[in-house]
Amino acid sequence: MDVRSQISMVFHLDKCIGCHTCSVACKNIWTDRKGAEYMWWNNVETKPGTGYPGKWEDQEIYKGGWKKDGDKIYLKGAGRPKSLTNIFHNPHLPKIDDYYEPFTYKYLDLIESPAGDDQPTARPISMITGEPMDIKMGPNWDDDLSGSPDYARNDPNLTKLSPAEQEAMFQLERMAFFYLPRICNHCLNPACVAACPSQAIYKRGEDGVVLINQNVCRAWRMCVTACPYKKTYYNWNTGKSEKCILCYPRIESGHAPACMHSCVGRIRYLGVLLYDADQIESVASSDEESLVDQQMNMILDPFDPEVIAAAKANGVADSTIDAAQYSPTYKFVKTWGLALPLHPEFRTLPMLFYVPPLLPVMASVRDVSNEAQQEKLNPIAKQWPDNWLYDTSTEEIFGTIDQARFPLEYMANLFSAGDTSKVKERIMKLMAVRIYRRHKTVGDISEEKSNEALSTAGLTPELADAIYYLTSLPKFDDRFVIPAAHREQAIEMMEFTGDVKGNTGFGFKDKSAERGS
Amino acid sequence: MNTLNTFLFVVFPYVAGIVFVVGVTYRYRRTAFTVSSLSSQFLEGDKLFWGSVPFHIGLLAVFFGHLLAFLLPQATLAWNSVPVRLIILEVSAFVFGLSLLFGLLSLLWRRLTNPRVRVVTSRMDIAIELLLLAQVVLGCWVALGFRWGSSWFAADLTPYLWSLLALSPETDAVFALPLVIRLHIAGAFLILFMVPFTRLAHFVVAPLHYLFRPYQVVIWNWDRKAVRNPKEPWSKARPKNN
Ligand code: SF4
Ligand code: SF4
Repeated sequence: MDVRSQISMVFHLDKCIGCHTCSVACKNIWTDRKGAEYMWWNNVETKPGTGYPGKWEDQEIYKGGWKKDGDKIYLKGAGRPKSLTNIFHNPHLPKIDDYYEPFTYKYLDLIESPAGDDQPTARPISMITGEPMDIKMGPNWDDDLSGSPDYARNDPNLTKLSPAEQEAMFQLERMAFFYLPRICNHCLNPACVAACPSQAIYKRGEDGVVLINQNVCRAWRMCVTACPYKKTYYNWNTGKSEKCILCYPRIESGHAPACMHSCVGRIRYLGVLLYDADQIESVASSDEESLVDQQMNMILDPFDPEVIAAAKANGVADSTIDAAQYSPTYKFVKTWGLALPLHPEFRTLPMLFYVPPLLPVMASVRDVSNEAQQEKLNPIAKQWPDNWLYDTSTEEIFGTIDQARFPLEYMANLFSAGDTSKVKERIMKLMAVRIYRRHKTVGDISEEKSNEALSTAGLTPELADAIYYLTSLPKFDDRFVIPAAHREQAIEMMEFTGDVKGNTGFGFKDKSAERGS
Repeated sequence: MNTLNTFLFVVFPYVAGIVFVVGVTYRYRRTAFTVSSLSSQFLEGDKLFWGSVPFHIGLLAVFFGHLLAFLLPQATLAWNSVPVRLIILEVSAFVFGLSLLFGLLSLLWRRLTNPRVRVVTSRMDIAIELLLLAQVVLGCWVALGFRWGSSWFAADLTPYLWSLLALSPETDAVFALPLVIRLHIAGAFLILFMVPFTRLAHFVVAPLHYLFRPYQVVIWNWDRKAVRNPKEPWSKARPKNN
């Protein structure tokens, strides 16, 4: 057992309001630079939708991630033979237009144009060439299902759904969507690291953050191809690849990453997971059906004395083990079994987990006769002439799951490599907690029924309370349990303090100044 | 004329060699960030294919061809002693030269005409491309006009180059060569001289070590066990990451 610690994330999708505050916080801190304008280390997508870059999930196009062949896994579009033979021209590199051409407006024209008969306008100009351009695409062009015929309909996750199911999803009356915020997953089996010919990308042993050393990156761009989530970006101005750094300077000093700190919906949780690094290869190459379970298995119980002893022997700090025991992500992922990784079939073992959204599932829209509808509605409710019923009733406890407006297959394609039972299990838990809370607060559901819901979903009232608390009422310190990076050691992540010990003042940056001649 | 010759074929090769070694080492150690060739495939990819691939393949073949005649002159001459083999060698070398020429021209054309690529083009990029172009044109001219290059290179130039390396230049053979060939030789030294100042420097960091390393890379800032061992002298657990 090789116990390592990993800073992991949970995004609770029911709570995301799609405000993009996270994206803007990240952009302001890290990517507001020439060559990085088009990069959104954090982006929020509307699902169904094609996302950013367009159709990134379709690995027939982008050739990202690992594929299993026999017992072994191989990088799909990179790796030793391909990275070196394609080094002069990488056929699978996405182009700037797959993301969007960054633009701004000539605002100065508004105040500096000479007086004339017409109002001056601010024309859009490309931030690459500086020339006027027609804006064809932006980073979240398909926000809130806009442009559905071009975007939502081409969502790669729809391909496994039958045409009838797809049709049903896009009927106006049944239309539903949710937001999917994405950052780098800081994977355990990162394809970006494996694909880098220069060995510029590495995973930090202490906390598992995946970083690109800008001094070693040589612009081969294989990581851009290899990351199935398209979360490494090529800076066309510096000729280096860049990616989410999980705000490591903030984490080292005990602050939450900017996207998480600023999250308006408070959907984000961050905490330590202990895992067994010996299992990485075998888990990543396990069968598709068992990928999720295996990944959950390699996450270790931080209360198990054996795990604690192995962690200590491996140099994991006590404070980190402590943080692992309080970790909100451990609760969501393991204790409660509520969260799932995004696209586990890419086999990078992502360490960002999602609590699948319940809202598009909670209610069903049914085609019932108008009379039946009237019976259900309160007499003072507005009466609609059509035959659709938006049903949020809880008569049949989990009845709406299977008739959900959002087919479970779709969720399963996103979060469990197509296995609906895993998604259903989580959704049932979420629903049971709601039923329980409704029993508690509204009181129109009997205790019996609430208990039945809980036990069917495998929960107890205590667990439901805990889930409810961490979902709805958590304080800042509950959401972000960041192990102390040990200030005395944190500084040594940047430089070795021993070098300046015994020097004048704070010492010299330059070695040549050791002796004043 | 002789002073110029002496400068070009005795002094300059040493200057170029020293500038190359010192310059590349200095650039690598001080600003490793800049040691690469700024890729523009992200901005324009299709035309690049028809430039970069024939250019690099042609260049590698031609370069290793020259290198072979330099390292194994006897073998080259022996191979060339059968006319068919000589023709095969010369024709294939020339085809690679043409591929190099074609690639270079399409790269230059793309660089000058594509507005996005223009943005990431420096004056030095153009200068070095023109220099390479001149060198390739001269090279093709030499191959066509002064047959058979592979043989006289091995017989005349290899001794000269080795004598340079042995620090006792023997220049008679070079001085006697036609102007075109001498220009081609001087061009080679000029290119060597320019490497540290241009994007050409990326060839010294060709990522061959990728073949030998494990796929996953994990770096600990400290030796995580030693750092917590009170018996270990603390300066030993030095962070490895900088
Ligand atoms: S999400 Fe992509 S960039 Fe991030 S660690 Fe995984 S493979 Fe690398
Ligand atoms: S800030 Fe939070 S709620 Fe807003 S879009 Fe980002 S993840 Fe969603």
